[in-house]
Amino acid sequence: MTTRREMLKRSAGVAGLLAGLGLLPEAAQAAWNTAAFDAKTMAELVKALGVSAPTESKDVTLQGPDIAENGAVVPVSCASSLPGVKRLMILVEKNPSMLCGMFEVSDAIDAAFSTRVKMGQSSNVTAVAVLGDGKVLFAQKEIKVTLGGCGG
Amino acid sequence: MADPMRIRAQAAGDKATVRVLMSHEMETGQRKDAGGKTIPAWFIQEVSATHNGKPVLNAQWGPSISKNPFLQFVVRGAKAGDKIAVSWVDNRGDKRTDEATVS
Repeated sequence: MTTRREMLKRSAGVAGLLAGLGLLPEAAQAAWNTAAFDAKTMAELVKALGVSAPTESKDVTLQGPDIAENGAVVPVSCASSLPGVKRLMILVEKNPSMLCGMFEVSDAIDAAFSTRVKMGQSSNVTAVAVLGDGKVLFAQKEIKVTLGGCGG
Repeated sequence: MADPMRIRAQAAGDKATVRVLMSHEMETGQRKDAGGKTIPAWFIQEVSATHNGKPVLNAQWGPSISKNPFLQFVVRGAKAGDKIAVSWVDNRGDKRTDEATVS
């Protein structure tokens, strides 16, 4: 016999499953690039964004600590001195999903951002700049983490 | 409704540096609670900023931005007295907008 309690438990489970699969309608996600944020490797990310493969460049800078004590809060800054930067991204290679943030650069702001990211473990952190002429440039830095910020 | 953001905008020359501290849990969806159940992801997905009503910045964020996110950016041509507004939308559809005056 199915009790009410079991029924409730079951329907909650189904709702959770649907949410996990991304089947529940969420208006806020309309503009959010799910494929890019799901990407696990640079190749997948490049494909999701429809841009060419990035090349290393001195014109993109990435600043952060060499060793981060707390992986839950790692301050990083990315910047580019080049004109015509359309988009700046911060990636953490070994996180469950690489892409941390993607900033659309307009004429009214400098292509320079600082924020704080979570890192599960020591990893390469990459700043990627997408230029108006289709060029994709990156700068990379290894940040060592003594205490991970992803697990519980 | 989420707590207000703390926004500070300081003019230097013909630019203004804007620092924003948002109040948000930024749950990754990777963690498990004491009972072993996954805590669902809850994070800010979109951030935008306007300068005197004109959009200047648009960003998409993933769950790997830290809890209570910090963001710093530089607005060109902003001077003392200008208004900078910042808003965010999270993956549950919650939103918040706050405004600050450049000093």
